[in-house]
Amino acid sequence: MPVRFCTEENMQSESTVLQTDQTVTKSGILKKAFRAAFPYTIPIFAGFWFLGITYGIYMNVSGFSFLYPMLMSVTIFAGSIEFVTVNMLLGAFDPLQAFAMTLMINARHLFYGISMLDKFRGMGWKKFYLIFGMCDETFSINYTADIPEDVDRGWFMFFVTLLNHLYWFSGATLGGIFGSLINFSTEGLEFVMVAMFVVIFLEQWLKEKDHMSSFLGLGISLVCLTAFGADRFIIPAMLSILAVLTLLRRTLEKKEGGIVR
Amino acid sequence: MTLTQQIITVAMVVLGTAVTRFLPFLVFPSGKPTPKYVQFLGKFLPAAVFGLLVIYSLKDVNVFAGSHGIPEMIAILLVIILHVWKRQMLLSIAGGTVCYMLLVQLVF
Repeated sequence: MPVRFCTEENMQSESTVLQTDQTVTKSGILKKAFRAAFPYTIPIFAGFWFLGITYGIYMNVSGFSFLYPMLMSVTIFAGSIEFVTVNMLLGAFDPLQAFAMTLMINARHLFYGISMLDKFRGMGWKKFYLIFGMCDETFSINYTADIPEDVDRGWFMFFVTLLNHLYWFSGATLGGIFGSLINFSTEGLEFVMVAMFVVIFLEQWLKEKDHMSSFLGLGISLVCLTAFGADRFIIPAMLSILAVLTLLRRTLEKKEGGIVR
Repeated sequence: MTLTQQIITVAMVVLGTAVTRFLPFLVFPSGKPTPKYVQFLGKFLPAAVFGLLVIYSLKDVNVFAGSHGIPEMIAILLVIILHVWKRQMLLSIAGGTVCYMLLVQLVF
């Protein structure tokens, strides 16, 4: 049934066609999607405010006005590279290196895109923003969340992306403005991100019948981290994961239905 | 660095980030059928990527010095227990984080 937009009066007369106001009016659809999306983003609020404020303080003490973290958090919206950019801005001017470095650090986004090709299909204008705002946390939620049948998937993912974007933006800006004034012990709060990724990994684990891909992701990444160190393990890990998955393609596809979804 | 140079530097980072996010969608537009191999990757990559993200979020933990990653291990164990038991995302994350904060602030 095509979605209809109608006024309250029309609604009454068409009540035989339309089930309830809530499910059919545009604002009803939006409200429902927002209510479904918001709880998923609460842990990210905690994490992004902590990291965002940290980032804002970092820029503040590096001698930049709050306008820098404010604008960079909106336009770049990718945590780790923004910290690196601070160093770039303090160093010699080298735009090509800045570009290459960004590609390296953010290469993992390529995997997110490949995984979301189907899920973003038919999202219209929202698709552009969904792709633009696809950071680690947004991708993880939009990929794994159990979106109820009666909630619009496009708006759900839109709100997850928008809320996360807002959290990061407001955190970074606040950090840039008030950074040096904050003085209470938040030591250890950064663990909220680890906890979230563990939970998302578990959600995937509990849903899938075959755990080979999950095991491979953990194992290969750990081996690469040990071999290459914290700053340069991502690319080797990605390439190894690609290679091993490709080699095991037959086996994995034989267990087809392995991953439910 | 002049302001113009700063703007160019940030613009390069914005562009680089956008390229990594948009490239798959540009290479495999939704109008055309996606190659079987890419469909296969789309199906089996996410599980591996979530594993990668767990390790990525722990990359700066040093098991050879400081608290040897013990608070991380305890807190992750709690997250797993809470999540398998109640399966409430917020409870598992909050429980694990509070436990970790208490451990690093009071115990280790």
